[in-house]
Amino acid sequence: MKDIAHSTLYRRRKITNVVTQTCSILAAGIGLGALVLIVWTLFYNGVRSIDLAIFTEMTPPPGSAGGLLNAIAGSLIMTAVGVAAATPIAVLAGTYLAEYGRYSTLAKPTRFFTDILLSAPSIVIGLFVYEVMVVPMGNFSAWAGAMALAIIVVPVVVRTTENMLGLVPDSLREAATALGTPRWKVIQSVCYRAARQGIMTGILLAVARVSGETAPLLFTALNNQFWSTDLNAPMSNMPVVIFQFAMSPYEDWQKLAWGGALIITLSVLSLNIVARIALHAKRQ
Amino acid sequence: MSTAATVTVQAAPASAPRVLPAEALFRNATMGSAAFVLVLLSGIAVSLVLGGWNALTHFGPAFLVTEVWNPVKEQFGALVPIYGTLVTSAIAMLIGVPVSLGIALFLTEMCPEWLRRPLGIAIELLAGIPSIIYGMWGLFVFAPFFAANVQPWLIDVLGPIPGIGALFSGAPYGVGILTAGLILGIMVLPFIAAVIRDVFETVPPMLKESAYGLGCTTWEVVWHVVIPYTRVGIVGGVMLGLGRALGETMAVTFVIGNAHQLAASLMAPGNTISSALANEFTEAVGDLYLSSLIALGLILFVMTFIVLAIAKWMLARLELRVER
Repeated sequence: MKDIAHSTLYRRRKITNVVTQTCSILAAGIGLGALVLIVWTLFYNGVRSIDLAIFTEMTPPPGSAGGLLNAIAGSLIMTAVGVAAATPIAVLAGTYLAEYGRYSTLAKPTRFFTDILLSAPSIVIGLFVYEVMVVPMGNFSAWAGAMALAIIVVPVVVRTTENMLGLVPDSLREAATALGTPRWKVIQSVCYRAARQGIMTGILLAVARVSGETAPLLFTALNNQFWSTDLNAPMSNMPVVIFQFAMSPYEDWQKLAWGGALIITLSVLSLNIVARIALHAKRQ
Repeated sequence: MSTAATVTVQAAPASAPRVLPAEALFRNATMGSAAFVLVLLSGIAVSLVLGGWNALTHFGPAFLVTEVWNPVKEQFGALVPIYGTLVTSAIAMLIGVPVSLGIALFLTEMCPEWLRRPLGIAIELLAGIPSIIYGMWGLFVFAPFFAANVQPWLIDVLGPIPGIGALFSGAPYGVGILTAGLILGIMVLPFIAAVIRDVFETVPPMLKESAYGLGCTTWEVVWHVVIPYTRVGIVGGVMLGLGRALGETMAVTFVIGNAHQLAASLMAPGNTISSALANEFTEAVGDLYLSSLIALGLILFVMTFIVLAIAKWMLARLELRVER
């Protein structure tokens, strides 16, 4: 034993092990440290700028006080419209991929494209909506913004719906079919019911995903300094306001941008946490 | 269709397949939706080609390698944004990949059991933070710090070295290609780390335990068992991160400096495809200008498409092996 413990090979292996483990821990420490620093900066600057006015007043011109009410409302409206437009189509498409067309020729390319779109650059989606909606309509509008968000929602919901329906055991389907239930009834009353929570979670995750999206709104909804609920006109929204205000040289605009950034981060985080808890509860 | 179905049912109630109207309706609705999704998503590619056609035919293939970007004279070339996109993503990968590998290894092999779950969840939550936050942090916190403390040092120490010195010359602006690459690297960290962690967890415990049983150290298990087993999955995860980095808009636009110039120095301000689009698109006047910007978008789409397709293929290969 003594020989082994003192052999150079053994020592070299031990040293390599210690060195590489230290490197890995250091990397983890630096990486996590940077991320924690970012979140801390966000909270430090954000909490100082959040007050009641941020929720009750409109976006101000530079040099005066104000809030983000119109931006918050605009974001909520566009997200709601986008998610409402995308969800039915996406759930049905996911149903096709998981049920009727599990092995069909249509399913393969659809899966491939939704997967690509899931991580494709969102600014490209903005360009697409600009071409098919903003140019024909002649102006930037909240409709176009909502459509851009809808296109981002589609792949998220399609894939979660498919995965969640895939988790429903086939024996359930077979049991229902053996009772003489037609396929559509099996899907609606058995599969949807079993996978409901998972599908809802997918929608929630999609909402979280779009609430921080800035790039596709830049060329579609644009921005609006005033209160507007007209879906045919440009509409203010959180991400673009944050972008504009943070890039500006005015201090009170920058302060509002930090407040807004904290608000969207908190909403994205809480949506993610709720989705996670729902999924976790389902697994048990 | 419904009458035909009724007829069939009446003719042969026991054996013939019964197609109820509701069945056909629901089936066709799901199939129609799937087809619609496919058409919509491929429509994106088609619309980009159509929108960029004007610029692509006007400038020809030279568009890809032309440096000039002059809206006044209507001369456009994509070289500067393509260069910026590739270089920032390369820096991001250089930083992001080793560090996320370290995080994933730490999480799966070294971390104490009680810390594993909370840390894993924290990483996944961080991956969901909107990218605009990274951009703001870069602009307000990182860039000033970098300009005051790190860049002068880089210029003094690395600047005089022949060869790589040119990469670290010039004034410490704070914003620039290097800063954008670093911010991107931090942004893709939790994303790549989460994917690689999942990939590492596909290694059957039996394999690792037998290696430990032979007397391997942790590092030897990782190097000879975990990494070879998951190689394609790691590449897939890295490619997914690269796809993100290439197309990222907000984290970059804040700190890139928005300058249409091709500088040797990494510290000089530059432009990426996405930041050029974000900065110029709404202000672009003239068909050729708009078309050139859309053509830039097309180039970005093609680049990310290739990278993501490779990523998907790699991850699918790993999945196949796990199932086997």
